[in-house]
Amino acid sequence: MIKKATKSLREYKKYAILTPICVLIEVILEVLIPFLMSRLIDDGIKNSNMSVVYEVGIILIICAAISLFFGIASGVLSSKASNGFAKNLRRDLYLKVQNFSFHNIDKFQTSSLITRLTTDVSNIQFAFQMIIRIAARAPLMLIVSIIFAMRINPNVAIIYLIVGPLLGFILITIARRAHPIMKNVFETYDDLNKVVEENVSGIRVVKSFTLEEKENKKFHKVSEKIYKLFVKGERMIALNGPFMQISMYTCMIFICWVGAHLIVSSGETTLTTGNLMTLFTYTTQILGSLMMLSIVFVISTISRGSLERICEVLDEKVDVTNPDKPIYNVFDGSIKFNNVSFSYIGDKNKEALKNINIDIKSGETVGIIGGTGSGKTSLVNLLPRLYDVTEGELLIGGVDVRNYDLKTLRDSVACVLQKNVLFTGTIMENLKWGKDKITLEDARHACKLAQIDEFIMSLPDKYETYLEEGGVNLSGGQKQRLCIARALLKNPNILILDDSTSAVDTRTDKLIQDAFMKDIPNTTKIIIAQRVNSVMDADKIIVLDNGKINGIGTHKELLKNNKIYQEVYSSQMKGSDNNE
Amino acid sequence: MNNNSKPKINKGTIKRLLSYLGNYKKRLVVVFICILISSVTGVLGALFLKSLVDDYISPMLLNNSTDYAPLLKALITISGIYLFGVIANYIYNITMSKVSQGILRDVRDEMFGKMESLPIRYFDSNKHGDIMSRYTNDTDSLRQMISQSIPNLVSSLMTIIAVLVSMFTLNVYLTLFVLVFTVITFFITRYFAKNSAKFFIKERAALGKVNAYIEEMLNGQKVVKVFNHEEIAIHEFDKLNEELNRVSFNGDKNATVVMPIAGNLGYLEYALVALIGTYLVINGYSVITVGTIISFLNLTRSFQQPVNQVTNQLNSIIMALAGASRIFDLMDSEPEVDDGYVTLTKVIEKDGKYIEDKNGFYAWRHPHHDGTLSFVPLKGHIELLDVDFSYEKDKQVLFDISIYAKPGQKIALVGATGAGKTTITNLLNRFYDLEDGKIRYDGININKIKKKDLRNSLGMVLQDVYLFTGTIKDNIKYGKPDATDEEVIEACKLANAHDFIMRLPKGYDTELTGNGQELSQGQRQLLSIARVAISDPPVMILDEATSSIDTRTEKIVNDGMDKLMEGRTVFVIAHRLSTIRNSKAIMVMDHGRIIERGNHEELLKLKGEYYKLYTGLFELE
Repeated sequence: MIKKATKSLREYKKYAILTPICVLIEVILEVLIPFLMSRLIDDGIKNSNMSVVYEVGIILIICAAISLFFGIASGVLSSKASNGFAKNLRRDLYLKVQNFSFHNIDKFQTSSLITRLTTDVSNIQFAFQMIIRIAARAPLMLIVSIIFAMRINPNVAIIYLIVGPLLGFILITIARRAHPIMKNVFETYDDLNKVVEENVSGIRVVKSFTLEEKENKKFHKVSEKIYKLFVKGERMIALNGPFMQISMYTCMIFICWVGAHLIVSSGETTLTTGNLMTLFTYTTQILGSLMMLSIVFVISTISRGSLERICEVLDEKVDVTNPDKPIYNVFDGSIKFNNVSFSYIGDKNKEALKNINIDIKSGETVGIIGGTGSGKTSLVNLLPRLYDVTEGELLIGGVDVRNYDLKTLRDSVACVLQKNVLFTGTIMENLKWGKDKITLEDARHACKLAQIDEFIMSLPDKYETYLEEGGVNLSGGQKQRLCIARALLKNPNILILDDSTSAVDTRTDKLIQDAFMKDIPNTTKIIIAQRVNSVMDADKIIVLDNGKINGIGTHKELLKNNKIYQEVYSSQMKGSDNNE
Repeated sequence: MNNNSKPKINKGTIKRLLSYLGNYKKRLVVVFICILISSVTGVLGALFLKSLVDDYISPMLLNNSTDYAPLLKALITISGIYLFGVIANYIYNITMSKVSQGILRDVRDEMFGKMESLPIRYFDSNKHGDIMSRYTNDTDSLRQMISQSIPNLVSSLMTIIAVLVSMFTLNVYLTLFVLVFTVITFFITRYFAKNSAKFFIKERAALGKVNAYIEEMLNGQKVVKVFNHEEIAIHEFDKLNEELNRVSFNGDKNATVVMPIAGNLGYLEYALVALIGTYLVINGYSVITVGTIISFLNLTRSFQQPVNQVTNQLNSIIMALAGASRIFDLMDSEPEVDDGYVTLTKVIEKDGKYIEDKNGFYAWRHPHHDGTLSFVPLKGHIELLDVDFSYEKDKQVLFDISIYAKPGQKIALVGATGAGKTTITNLLNRFYDLEDGKIRYDGININKIKKKDLRNSLGMVLQDVYLFTGTIKDNIKYGKPDATDEEVIEACKLANAHDFIMRLPKGYDTELTGNGQELSQGQRQLLSIARVAISDPPVMILDEATSSIDTRTEKIVNDGMDKLMEGRTVFVIAHRLSTIRNSKAIMVMDHGRIIERGNHEELLKLKGEYYKLYTGLFELE
């Protein structure tokens, strides 16, 4: 799993490798320095030998300078590596998602993908930097310090081998026990944020039912829970301090006692006063690195979840891919469904479409009618290969859609989705989604067909009007027509409108359809609609029910022989009849 | 993430933060004493090392003595001191955790309580993400400051003082040298810390941009694919991603070099002190012993750490103060005032007079200036008289609106987006206050009615259904918190929601999350209707309640709605004119004015705007 993620290091790999090397040099120097300090005290100060003081002092200063250099280097390199890693990882994930099929997207769900690309990447970045610096530093410091301490006096240094593992064990135990509590804290934080979010978004509901008090209580309950959990967790973590200090002081006192004996009994030969001081410094360094190791332990547990989630995305198999020898030309807009069945989850018992056979000539207008869940959207989603058929085959221009180059196919099949999305930017920028290089004339032409040009021209900034957050400043019908214009700009062979005129009034709806007939006669038009009005004039209307074709025919034919169609028609026309 | 409003930090912010400490005075005293003890024991420990060499080891060496008893005694004493310090430290840690988490809880609760009292205007004019970030980012930086930075700062300052005092008692010259060196170190590290803080602020903005871009693109990912827009989306993403990498690298770089610089300057200082100290000893400039130098060197090391801490903490404190000022900013926003004095009560009629009685029917309790009291039965009679309104100055959105709705009448509002239909409903429940004119409820000016009671007597079903996390039952009970289960079921039956609820595996106890995403739009709308049904208000507002539902589901929803509307005064805003045809009166609105009024037949005969709309000659937007 780690290997999978670290692939994203690429050009930053050298920095990631250089960092621990710098850290190693820094550590050796940091251990060497107390060693020099003891020489300074013993040979220099104690003997009042100025030349030794100068000599060792200068070496000390040089060591500090070198250590400074490598310290800075390791800092800069690790920043470079971790930030670069995060950048690449984010990019890899983003690219992967760009290649996802609709099926892949559905599986992960958009909100979860967003978390993976944002929060999880940040977590990994933080952990990565910690690990290449501290995870390298702490064990090195530990080992080098112990080696140096052993060199001074193995009898005294033995204490580290007793206290060290004991402390390490305690610290890890504390971390293990505190971690679930802290995890719980952060989950409760999510609950808290949910309450706030719901109240911010649903404030009108809260206020109109005058439930401010109730919400206050609800919030207070979660807030109090966080308080209690946090205090509980911190009480656990606070144990780190005393154990750490007790270990340190135990070592110190042991060293004082044994050291004093050694110094006095040997008359400062086996051990010197300076050595004693050095050993004190090593005590801090050794136990400090244990502390750091326990922090690394905690961070890696936290980030393991993030890493798993990221790898899931990276490992996901993209199920709609380009064929080996793609065809780059779509002959025309004819469509043929050959015994097509389709299931979102690949389960034969839960088919969204069953045995569909349809033949559509290029340039025809086809209406699709059916209730919620009857399979209308599923049917048209197969055309641009947003999903692949489970069984049977689907031909466009006489060729199986799976043999086309994906880009070519999608350029020739324009789809106005049910859930219209416009993006932050100007109207023109949004229209350019259809085709990158368009002139204002092209844009206006498409917008005229979609009956939105007049409205756009009435805006102060016309085609340069900025759409806030996906077009919140437009009405539903205006958004729909803009989306239609955007699709038209692709000059597609097939145009699909998935319930995309629901907020457009009947007259404008009619105008759009007339314009289609006149200006894009060769484009096959597939229109999914709730209103019979919108499909009445189609060459052919398909009635879907429960994933199956219930009837195909013209308005007149269906009105004669299709029960569902009659039902829908009469329910919608009832109103107007009454008034005549 | 949107740090749009620039935070202002001033003395007020700090003072106000300190005021939260007030509730925890006793604990803070404990904390202070513990920090003091822990700092003093720390210094005592360092001083002990001087006496270890000077008072025990050196004399023993000198006298060739093997009497370890005094050393043992000293070690036991110092063990006691250490232990004392450890205990103090632990107590300080757990007490401080209670204090800091307690303060955060207080701040959160107060912020939320204040937020609930803010007028709708606040929510309409502030970005939701920005409000949210005050609970997340800003509170989090506050947490770090209170639980880590401040205690750290206090204990660091105490240690600095204790160490300084000890240093001065040991040697004045060396102390002065250390002080000068420390000031230099402080400024060098401060430079880098400041730099990194500058980049961190930029990093936040850049990260916000990248995340916002990811969010927007992923939300529209299906459109991206349909339009073959992947390459451009990647290109744009790369630009933002590179920029983020640049600023975050710069921030990180500056932050990570602070520690090595501070640490190694410390070694340099150590070496220099040793050199100067030895020089002083050898040349006899001052009374100084070997033990003194050793102790001094030790103190030098204990001195560096707290100084570095101060440098580090200053930045996070500044950031936290910026967060705090944004929190206070929300708290200080003008709350919604509710100075109405007409309240809802229950009365019975006795001898032609109304007397308050728990088992009676609802009536307005209306105290008058002359001290008399009158009761008006709650009927649902609404009048709008010459109402003018504007959200922003100079942009009037309603002009001379007059509408009369007798109890039980259905009034429809029709018109393009922005014609002012929703604004009227916003005025009815006083989400906004009107500018000129009057609105009367059962003959009482609504400005006199307590908002809580006014809103309880108005039911609202909106186009965007909002459901809360919790069970279906909980959500229905929003309409009437003390409702029994039977009442819940009854309301759901009335709203045609009972059947689908029973089909769910857990029925009324089905958990809803994320605004009830697991339900269809129609089902969610049915729940919101049931929620109003249970509150049983005499007046209802239906704002585009069925516009985003397909025609088949609409029928079910409409049946539920029709049952609910019976016997109530109803204001309907609808796209589909078929739903309002049977209204008592239809108001056709245009640019904030009522341009036509009458019932369906009358309006059709008029052959005006309504006729055009109805016959589909005109778009309803």
